[in-house]
Amino acid sequence: MGSRMRISALAAGLLVLLPGPLAAQTLQGDTERGEALFSQCKGCHQVGPEAESRIGPHLNGIFGRQAGAISEFRYSKSMQRAGADGLTWDHDTLGAYLANPRSLVSGTRMSFRGLKDPQDLADVMAFLRSYSDNPRDIPESAPTLRADDPDLTPEVLAMQGDAEFGEYLSAECTTCHQADGSAEGIPSITNWPSEDFVMAMHAYKQSLRPHPVMQMIAGRLSDEEIAALAAYFEDLAP
Amino acid sequence: MTLNRRSFIGATAAGTLALTAPAVIGQARPKVVVIGGGAGGATAARYIAKDSEGAIYVTLIEPTRSYYTCFFSNLYIGGFRELSSIAHSYGTLASAYGINVIHDLATGVDRDARTVSLGHGGTVAYDRLVVSPGVDFVDGSVPGWDASVQHLMPHAYKAGSQSELLKAQIEAMPEGGTFIMVAPPNPYRCPPGPYERVSMVAHKLKAENPTAKILIVDPKEKFSKQALFEEGWQAHYSGMIDRIGPDFGADNVEVRADTMEVVIDGEVEKADACNVIPAMRAGHIAQVAGLTNEAGWAPVVPATMQSQMDENVHVLGDASQQGDMPKSGFAANSQAKVCAMAVRGALTDSRVFPARFSNTCWSLIETDDGVKVGATYEATEEKIAKVDGFISQTGEDAALRRQTYEESVGWYAGITADMFG
Repeated sequence: MGSRMRISALAAGLLVLLPGPLAAQTLQGDTERGEALFSQCKGCHQVGPEAESRIGPHLNGIFGRQAGAISEFRYSKSMQRAGADGLTWDHDTLGAYLANPRSLVSGTRMSFRGLKDPQDLADVMAFLRSYSDNPRDIPESAPTLRADDPDLTPEVLAMQGDAEFGEYLSAECTTCHQADGSAEGIPSITNWPSEDFVMAMHAYKQSLRPHPVMQMIAGRLSDEEIAALAAYFEDLAP
Repeated sequence: MTLNRRSFIGATAAGTLALTAPAVIGQARPKVVVIGGGAGGATAARYIAKDSEGAIYVTLIEPTRSYYTCFFSNLYIGGFRELSSIAHSYGTLASAYGINVIHDLATGVDRDARTVSLGHGGTVAYDRLVVSPGVDFVDGSVPGWDASVQHLMPHAYKAGSQSELLKAQIEAMPEGGTFIMVAPPNPYRCPPGPYERVSMVAHKLKAENPTAKILIVDPKEKFSKQALFEEGWQAHYSGMIDRIGPDFGADNVEVRADTMEVVIDGEVEKADACNVIPAMRAGHIAQVAGLTNEAGWAPVVPATMQSQMDENVHVLGDASQQGDMPKSGFAANSQAKVCAMAVRGALTDSRVFPARFSNTCWSLIETDDGVKVGATYEATEEKIAKVDGFISQTGEDAALRRQTYEESVGWYAGITADMFG
């Protein structure tokens, strides 16, 4: 359509004119492509009019639902705890979970390595979003567009942590998380792959992960300190 | 007024030379026609006229001389506002903004010739057309109800005489009588509107007829601000309000206006006052102009609100199908400003910035107990998409609820000034 062409030409012009916050960085999902990609989830999850919980919970109304909220489904302890801490599925939290399940909910039973391609992720999310409440009808229902968070820069991800510094800092962690890796009421953080550790701590810092104590603790950790802790705990055998 | 008008024209003449695009110089001023003088149309007309400083000739076609806003008409029913306080005229748009206001009904659009025909005869030509006609009702969506029985079972979903009628019928209910609302299916104008109305009817009955009952017959499983309304109904109107959902047959309803009966899945309920809010579609002229789809709404290009059927036409507000924004006066007003900017950009080469959309819907549950829901939106290629939002919480304290209500009163003053000047 003619007007569409003009609009994209216009949008291109605007990006030049208006860098910064006005040119929002957003990734749109393609519902049809998302449906095709969802076939890899179908072994465990159902969505749609007749969907029921099977190996995994059904995904109707997932946006806006609290984690672990389907009463007839048996979730992992970790997922139950996340729900009790206030984790609710929206574009940010579900996006983070689908990108890397264990970085958001450490002990989830969902054995899926995550959607690493941002477009795949956006497409699957768009497909799932179409089975939750429509903001047109219920304005308070979850957003349908995920404004991309300021992702961690490659420098932060590539940072080599100083494990010795991490050992020093870890004294604050081991008050609650036991160094021997036991997990009674509080999850174990030993032997945690450093990339996941870094993602998880930044998820708390950005309040993506819900736990208030961890948000407070991670909130005052610098990028270097997170990298140092990750290096230390990765090699800490239980 | 004369002085204002004269200085306006003076500024206009100078502005036209400085602002108009090269293509336009030497031609007549580009013409914009706006159909519908509500939150979408009045706002668009005013912004195009105001910001083009006379470079664009704006005509507004609106049949009523006195416009009653649908928003706050529930507060009239509840006794919180006079009807006159939600009535507005178009005098300022004509006198201070140089808009040619025509009080007539637009009956047809010739999109090839770019003209709009009027009920009393004659046509008006346009370079760009803005269509903002609000909603009409889907015939037969509630069997037994059509416009010929709206005096017996009012919809009161277009404000004015219908609101007066419904209020009078509530006042005439016998002691301990029953008020029945047949709520609309999605999508419809003002998602929390039916439930704010129930709150206002309950407020009125609590004072005037405290043993009366309210029954909501709702084809939807859930609705906007549901937890807030249900908490408020329990706190303020305990035992007065019942709601039947589709799980109990509320999606299978028929009305008999002559006997004031509502038949719910075969069960007959007798009503002393009955408010039927039928299913909705885009206002009739959008359909006549060939701008609607099979669902009855007019699909638009999100970034500009241009019709997907015709790039010389924009559709605003309730009539448009744009994506995630609810059908509300606030949303129409927000879309109108985006549209006005796009229209000026197309006709005068003024600068166009990225579309920004927002919405807030306030609802009053009881005296000084106001709640709200709101969101911001972005135009994607596919639709206007919700990015972020907020909603009042259950259990909020009375001071915050009063503040929310006061905020809504301020908003009413603000948006009506933004629409009518």
